[in-house]
Amino acid sequence: MTTTIESPDLIEPEEPGGPDGHGHGELAHEEAHEHHGPHGILNWLTSTDHKVIGKSYMITALVTFFLSGAMALVIRAQLANPTSSLVNFQTYNELFTMHGSLMLYLFAGPFAFGGLANYIVPLQVGAPDMAYPRLNALSYWLYLGGASMMTLSFVVAGGAASFGWVAYAPLSNSINSPGAGTDMWLMSLGLTGFSAIFTGVNLVATIFYLRAPGMTMFRVPIFSWNMLVTGILILIAFPVLFGAVVMLFCDRHFGTHIFSVQGGGVPVLWQHLFWFFGHPEVYILALPYFGIVTDIIPVFSRKPLFGYRGMVFATLSIAALSTGVWAHHMFTTGVVLLPFFSLLSYLIAVPTGIKFFNWIGTMWGGQVSFQTPMLFSMGFLFAFLMGGVTGVLLASPPVDFMTHDTYFVVAHFHQVLIGTTVFAGFAGFYFWYPKMFGRMLSERLGKLHFWFLFLGFWITFMPQYLLGLKGMPRRIADYLTTNGWTGLNQLSTVGAFIIGFSFLFFFVNLVSSWRKPVAAGDNPWDGGALEWFTSSPPPHHNFTHLPPIRSERPTWDYNHPEHRKDESHGDKRHREHEKETETVGASS
Amino acid sequence: MRVSGTFLALIGIFFGIIGLIYWFTAYEDAGFLMLIGSAFLGMLPGGYYLWWSRRMRPLEGDRPDATPSSGAGVIDSFPGSSIWPFLLGMGALFATLTFIFGLWLAPIAAALGLSAVIGGIVESRRGGTV
Repeated sequence: MTTTIESPDLIEPEEPGGPDGHGHGELAHEEAHEHHGPHGILNWLTSTDHKVIGKSYMITALVTFFLSGAMALVIRAQLANPTSSLVNFQTYNELFTMHGSLMLYLFAGPFAFGGLANYIVPLQVGAPDMAYPRLNALSYWLYLGGASMMTLSFVVAGGAASFGWVAYAPLSNSINSPGAGTDMWLMSLGLTGFSAIFTGVNLVATIFYLRAPGMTMFRVPIFSWNMLVTGILILIAFPVLFGAVVMLFCDRHFGTHIFSVQGGGVPVLWQHLFWFFGHPEVYILALPYFGIVTDIIPVFSRKPLFGYRGMVFATLSIAALSTGVWAHHMFTTGVVLLPFFSLLSYLIAVPTGIKFFNWIGTMWGGQVSFQTPMLFSMGFLFAFLMGGVTGVLLASPPVDFMTHDTYFVVAHFHQVLIGTTVFAGFAGFYFWYPKMFGRMLSERLGKLHFWFLFLGFWITFMPQYLLGLKGMPRRIADYLTTNGWTGLNQLSTVGAFIIGFSFLFFFVNLVSSWRKPVAAGDNPWDGGALEWFTSSPPPHHNFTHLPPIRSERPTWDYNHPEHRKDESHGDKRHREHEKETETVGASS
Repeated sequence: MRVSGTFLALIGIFFGIIGLIYWFTAYEDAGFLMLIGSAFLGMLPGGYYLWWSRRMRPLEGDRPDATPSSGAGVIDSFPGSSIWPFLLGMGALFATLTFIFGLWLAPIAAALGLSAVIGGIVESRRGGTV
């Protein structure tokens, strides 16, 4: 079945009856989702609508997030006491491997570029769908297949992969890691890798070619800009991972010796290939979340974004530099060029600093209101700042030599990744949930969720820095009483359970929003980007009408004509042309 | 097109420069090849866009003064729903399972994959741009 899309009509700013920015007071479900294609489960299996696919991605990613979070709680429970025997060593190895793998490969990335971006980017740029809807659907099915395969690897003989999420050679070869679980892990990366590549292609093509008339590149909201850059990073990084996975599989089963010394191979080559994927991957996980926060802060500060172009160029710089720093994960191998990677790693702090400056500049002098999405964004600023600053420390080879493979590094990357994927991710979820489902989430429960999460976060990870400095290695299943690590570990475990507890508020919030819905209206936050112009949830193919797009805040311009500035971003020629037109009109 | 092309070309140039510096300081093959590959990834499409941006009229999305009515008409035809992506995805899943659990799964993978490829092509030909 094919649907032909015609471009939406223009609403003139003076025309009455358009979206008023405060909603229409009732749920728009029925009229928003007119029938397209089959019903029921077949509708889900055959849908090529970016909104259905985006929501499917988000639900699947959240399931893996909670599974993986449960594994983290078991890990923390095991480490709460010295010489604990809650789980055996093999199970412990499987748990930390799968915790990392599920979080990084199946939650953090897909939640952002598969879920939120899939849903929001076409709305923000004024497109009726993603550029390649069927490829988009294929991405999701590959992801679901890969996610199921990795999760189910626990049940095969020999158990799940147990070599850490980085799968270093030679630990990951067929002698040290036999069994189908490892193969399922590798194949799952192949499937989810292709899923990511297809999504990357779709994002880039959508943002380059499906922008609405007048939505020039420098009017695209920063979230969509960041997703464009993320899409490019995916296209650079994931093919390398796929190549590495195929090589490792060949080593394991087809007698090649690419990563084994015995056959003339080079084990450290795996690290080069993996981290050439792995470090951009960190920014594939971070940039979308930077974008979310950059879209949220201006809305809740009642101000336009401070330094729009600076943000775009900071994003580009971070992305470009991130691809040249892979071997800072390999300082201790002794075979990498320390000054090169150290210098480039330090340089990333500059554009990141620009971003922080602009976020603060946006809030400065604004009417800041701390609703749930803004609170989570604030949480992100604090958490990511701490993670980022310790990252600058680790970019120094002497410091890295001291702290490599200790809990210092564990604390660092958890603060970076929870700062981005959890604080900023849930900021985005709370922010766009009304748009996706047409109903509000409770502010009270949202704030409780935030404060418990925030408290638990610091209690969990600050002690881990100290543990690292005291010499506790990562990935150990037990330790001795005489090590002196017990108290800090117990504190960290208490924090982890507070984090787990905080998500109860999230579940209650979701359930209550479905049992007693409060209508969101089209634009509950008085947002400025184009997604707030259409109904909540948006109709099939997104827009029935479009406002004139003359700045990066077309909905704000439309709803607040008194503040409209057609000349934003210095479209000088256009301004002059309008002046001429006015002059001609006046003289005639 | 011009902004998109410049953006991609800049990425390509950056990786080209970094790749050369890396080669002449680190003398390491894998990283050099990956960086130069990334340089081509930016420069090839970037150069293509820049070439065309000089030879065609700007897209409606690139004109700062374009209105929704200036883009009026059919944008494209999109498939409203399709079962083939699901079947192709499952075909890929069974293909990977074949590598792990043996060739007995290959016929399922082939049946799913082939039917999806044929179905998808037929669907595209029948649908097409209206």
